[in-house]
Amino acid sequence: MSTADYLIKNVSLPDGKKTDLAISDGVITSLAESYIGEAQTVIDAQDCVVLPGLVDLHTHLREPGREDAETVLSGSRAGAKGGFTAVSAMANTSPVADTAGVVEQVYRLGQEAGLLDVFPIGAVTQGLKGEALSEMGAMADSVARVRIFSDDGNCVSDPLVMRRALEYIKKFGGVIAQHAQDPRMTMGSQMNEGEISARLGLKGWPAVAEESIIARDVLLADHVKSRLHICHLTTAGGVEIIRWAKARGIDVTAEVTPHHLLLTDDLATSYDPVFKVNPPLRTESDVHALREALADGTIDIVATDHAPHPTEAKECEWQEAAFGMLGLETALSIVQKTMVDTGLMNWSQVADRMSIAPARIGGYAEHGQPLAVGAIANLVIVNPKQRWTVDRDLVLSRSSNTPYHGYELPGVVTHTFFKGRASLLDGNIMQVGGL
Amino acid sequence: MRHLLSISDLTKVEAISILDTATELSRVSDGAVKKLPTLRGRTIVNLFAEDSTRTRISFEAAAKRLSADVINFSAKGSSLSKGESLKDTAMTLQAMGADAVVIRHSASGAAQRLADSQWMSGSVVNAGDGTHEHPSQALLDAFTIRKHLGMGRSDLSGINVAIVGDILHSRVARSNVLLLSMLGAKVTLVAPPTLLPVGIGNWPVTISYDLDSVIPHVDVVMMLRVQQERMSDLFFPNAREYSRYFGLNSDRMACMKSGAIVMHPGPMNRGLEISAEVADSARSVITEQVANGVSVRMAILYVLLAGGALEVGGN
Repeated sequence: MSTADYLIKNVSLPDGKKTDLAISDGVITSLAESYIGEAQTVIDAQDCVVLPGLVDLHTHLREPGREDAETVLSGSRAGAKGGFTAVSAMANTSPVADTAGVVEQVYRLGQEAGLLDVFPIGAVTQGLKGEALSEMGAMADSVARVRIFSDDGNCVSDPLVMRRALEYIKKFGGVIAQHAQDPRMTMGSQMNEGEISARLGLKGWPAVAEESIIARDVLLADHVKSRLHICHLTTAGGVEIIRWAKARGIDVTAEVTPHHLLLTDDLATSYDPVFKVNPPLRTESDVHALREALADGTIDIVATDHAPHPTEAKECEWQEAAFGMLGLETALSIVQKTMVDTGLMNWSQVADRMSIAPARIGGYAEHGQPLAVGAIANLVIVNPKQRWTVDRDLVLSRSSNTPYHGYELPGVVTHTFFKGRASLLDGNIMQVGGL
Repeated sequence: MRHLLSISDLTKVEAISILDTATELSRVSDGAVKKLPTLRGRTIVNLFAEDSTRTRISFEAAAKRLSADVINFSAKGSSLSKGESLKDTAMTLQAMGADAVVIRHSASGAAQRLADSQWMSGSVVNAGDGTHEHPSQALLDAFTIRKHLGMGRSDLSGINVAIVGDILHSRVARSNVLLLSMLGAKVTLVAPPTLLPVGIGNWPVTISYDLDSVIPHVDVVMMLRVQQERMSDLFFPNAREYSRYFGLNSDRMACMKSGAIVMHPGPMNRGLEISAEVADSARSVITEQVANGVSVRMAILYVLLAGGALEVGGN
């Protein structure tokens, strides 16, 4: 028998079964209770779980345009550290990813970084302005093979533009990922509208501004028989609408961010803008509704909405600060804390919500595959029994706007394998494909 | 007590002690020599990132009567209008040795950001932050109410207060709701439903949309300014309709209880939320509020910088 590249010993599969797992030439070559043979690198994974590599459908990599906040390379490193083997790069860069040229550039930068697959998301409308459709066909046919289109950061608020976009993407099997936010109802909004905003004197971002767009768009998707994905769902009411739409057979999927599974709007009482995010942190009862919906499958996936910002964009007054928080390096730990350690989900469900389902929605064939001999070795190994403390000064992202600074979290990602090579080995980033 | 950022920073005992200190200090203002040496050698910066003449002058007079050195730092023509961050401004003030910063800012929470940051070490006094709070205004309002209606009590128990107008955007209302209810007053908020915040079910107040039904039952009618910019943002049809339902005119004033007073934090829109006849009537204590403002702000600076309340009955 030839020597394996890696041998992972005594690891638990998502269903709890113990196995040895060997990787050679980019694929899983053995899944047996005890592997007999040599390996270049042997990893003792006694307390660890192996999952298919995580897939994030909602990442802001900021390149091109805001390389001071993040680059494709720094974001790839943060992703590998968090256990991701694929991320979808949002279109709100500068210039906007609304042409084949920009999405190909981002795709190529991802390939050069070589730590994970970067799949660009294309803008729905030119310049994210919500008026004229971007060249979605050209982006779909480009080297980047774009299938997800989103104006994220902005809502496609004009109902006719949304209808046309939903219709048009049927040509190449695309999906519109909607940032559901009625712009008129949220002009100048700063945080969830409710008891806390009333007390703090911060302008409210009401739940209904999200829910009314979701309701409209599931009806539009039904009418034109197209595919809709709802970004970062945050409210109990939104969950009810998605549940209703799915029961009707409407082709809709939805995501929730790790921070909306854990954090609530009362954190704004500090006026510390590290908790300022769009859509905003909601209430305790919303958090519980989101957790239940993720567990029962009403919400299909977890997506990070990783949103790096330079220090000065957060070191200021709340209303002057930028919206958004880091997410890639803490996502799996937050999901373990909120969903696994609470008994709401098992590791097989984590694999589904963070890898299998997002890869299916994005059409990423080499990701989110069942762990089987012959499958491409995109994998993550996590030690759920170990705990770690988040330190914003130690994150691999170029920015440090994590809301979890000082939090002790469960679940340490020890290894990430991207196409059979370790991008993260024992907690250390490996520069595999760097040119 | 190191900062005054919100009324919620105060206990009832602390609030009353500020009012009592203000009573003592008001005797200084009434005397021939209007100055105390208490804060000699201390530097107080008025950082007014938002225009406000009356509050700045009031704090300036208060600081000077306590012999402090006062530096005024206003938005117009300063580095703030040139895009300097709050952090850099704060660090500049720290380098200049400010013992206290009195801050007025258009952003809710700006005073707390200043106090919680490591940018400066002095005391922070919130002189109005966005639509959040204006604690010194509430303290001077409570002081004025107690003086007129307190009947020798230290708190405001049994007194009924109506706060009328744009509650949604009012920092004066937020601070007064907290302070007046803490001191035992019963507070009724009167406003069109569009100008009440969503999420005030747990506030210690009664809500009414009908000024006429409230007027005969209260001891204090506190009118709030209607900002010009609200006119165009669908909160009410027009100024005339607002005035018709929520303005305090002589007809409504005639329905007030005997001894009841009219207040307004200023600046007033005469003819909109308050008629000239009411503003200039015997029930109006509006200019007295201004005078009391100096005593109350002296008391705030005294408590923060001289390390405790003035002993009641002392010199």
